[in-house]
Amino acid sequence: MDNTSVVINLQHIRKVYDMGGAEEVHALADVSLQIRRNEYVAIMGPSGSGKSTLMNIIGCLDTPTSGLYEFNGVNVSQMNDNQLAKVRNKEIGFVFQTFNLLARSNSLHNVELPLIYAGVGSAERKRLAHEALTHVGLGERVNHKPNELSGGQRQRVAVARALVNKPSILLADEPTGNLDTKTGEEIMALFEELHRQGNTIVLVTHEESIAEHAHRIIRVRDGLIESDKITVKNKTVPV
Amino acid sequence: MQIIHTISELKEGVIISLQAIRANKMRSVLTTLGILIGIVSVTMMATAIEGVNRAFEKSASAFGSKILYVQKFSWVGNDDWWKYRNRKDLKVEYVDAVARQVTLADAIAPTVDAVKDVHFESHSMLSAWVTGTTSSYEQASGTTIEDGRFFSQEESDGGRPVCAIGANVAETLFPSTDPMGQTIKVGGYPYRVIAVFEKQGGLFGTFTSDNRIFIPLNSFLSDFGTHHGVSINVRVAKDADLDDAKEELRGIMRKIRHLNPGQEDDFSINEQDLLTNVFGQITGVIAGVGFFITGLSLFVGGIGIMNIMYVSVTERTREIGIRKAIGARRRTILFQFLAEAAMICLLGGIIGLIISYPLSLIASQVLPTAMPLSVVFLALLVSLFVGVISGFLPAYRASKLDPVDALRYE
Repeated sequence: MDNTSVVINLQHIRKVYDMGGAEEVHALADVSLQIRRNEYVAIMGPSGSGKSTLMNIIGCLDTPTSGLYEFNGVNVSQMNDNQLAKVRNKEIGFVFQTFNLLARSNSLHNVELPLIYAGVGSAERKRLAHEALTHVGLGERVNHKPNELSGGQRQRVAVARALVNKPSILLADEPTGNLDTKTGEEIMALFEELHRQGNTIVLVTHEESIAEHAHRIIRVRDGLIESDKITVKNKTVPV
Repeated sequence: MQIIHTISELKEGVIISLQAIRANKMRSVLTTLGILIGIVSVTMMATAIEGVNRAFEKSASAFGSKILYVQKFSWVGNDDWWKYRNRKDLKVEYVDAVARQVTLADAIAPTVDAVKDVHFESHSMLSAWVTGTTSSYEQASGTTIEDGRFFSQEESDGGRPVCAIGANVAETLFPSTDPMGQTIKVGGYPYRVIAVFEKQGGLFGTFTSDNRIFIPLNSFLSDFGTHHGVSINVRVAKDADLDDAKEELRGIMRKIRHLNPGQEDDFSINEQDLLTNVFGQITGVIAGVGFFITGLSLFVGGIGIMNIMYVSVTERTREIGIRKAIGARRRTILFQFLAEAAMICLLGGIIGLIISYPLSLIASQVLPTAMPLSVVFLALLVSLFVGVISGFLPAYRASKLDPVDALRYE
């Protein structure tokens, strides 16, 4: 096994929510998994299965109650808020179901935002943001605000924002959930293209048709991994 | 690198806050109203105090900053009036004795005062302040002659019937004619006007030269009697220290009065600083009370800002979540909302200044003042300060939001 190519390494991750009193919710009971560079993984599960909690932990939005989480070989499970913010900024590109763009800012500024938090200078920021928007096919839409764009275009801006800092993984939470089928397919095609270019993609979804685009499907149920299957043999990084 | 980072974060914070203000124009304006009122009252207060101070300084300069006044009464702190009242009057003869012994002074002039009615043709000035003095008075006072010349030593020694009059006296007696060379009646005696003083203005009309008529000491003594107490003006030499000169003068006066080492002074040495100090205390109290009251209005304004910032943070919980997800640190979020609060307050401060500037022009009709630049900066600084203080708690709450909860917020 080539350890250097492991991006995400979860070992016996548990997440318990204290609901007050003696009541506790075990969102994740005991989860261990590894994701390597240039994998295209779908995490599936019904609501309440713990997949959102798993995604939050993978995305460094939340920390596990116990267990070890190594990101690119660095232990992130005990990091404080600011350290986690830095990891999210540099290593993780989020794509959300509801796009989550800033309504008052145009596409360019939305895409620039991670670069602002990364401390990139203004001219370089504009250049990179422009490049990322061109990459997702929105080079002509840089000055449009989200409400002047279609749903598919908004999600492309979100993808450009996720990619602009050249993160280690792209973490997409139901990226087609708010799109019609045709537009959803277009976004999935974009993801496939990004995967071919070498990006590591983690897709969280409950739709089989969307999960089928991934090359590996992890099913979560009751806070445990139910199954973990490789559906398409990855040529570049064999598992 | 860190500096560039911080600067771009600052810039981002300001841009976001301006966007937020633009998006909620009416709300921002209403919120900032409290600050606006506070800033208007603070600037008007500061402008008024500045005006009174300037008026005072102008008046106090009439006494001259390097002139000591040896007198029976002290200008300030006459708490035990009878003690001063029972002191022996100062005598004209002291002047020569002082002049002989003093080393740190370069001009000495005695003054004797009386209140007399003054007439010129049909014009009259009742209860004018008539001062008998010598030719040295011009040096040993803070006055400036506008027209003519002060009386010479010969005129002063010889008791000539000449006079130098203050600006208000000239205006009252000679509304349409040139006073120079005219003869006026002072307490019934004729005096020829040979000089008019420059107007001093200010708060102490009686004490400035404006309402006074100066005549030679010997004329005064022969026309109005010798029973008046004398006060002695002593100008401290240019290169001498005021306190040294005061000490020397005190020693000389004690010798003249034959005081034993243990005895208290039975005269007072007054100077401009005494008035300045007392005045400073008075304006200090007024300013303290005034700023406390205006500070209250700023405080109320600050509460308004804090309230609306809590609303703003709640409304934008999701935005905070997004920003955190893509790498905004706590500090960044904190600054964003602090910047917004500060911008709203600054807006109020600027509008406040725009309103209070014309008001200060109106005030300048009464007081010799305009809004000083320092007040402008003070107002902007205060409004920024209020913004940062009142924005802190809401901004802190925003910065502490959990990104998962914030993203889920509808």
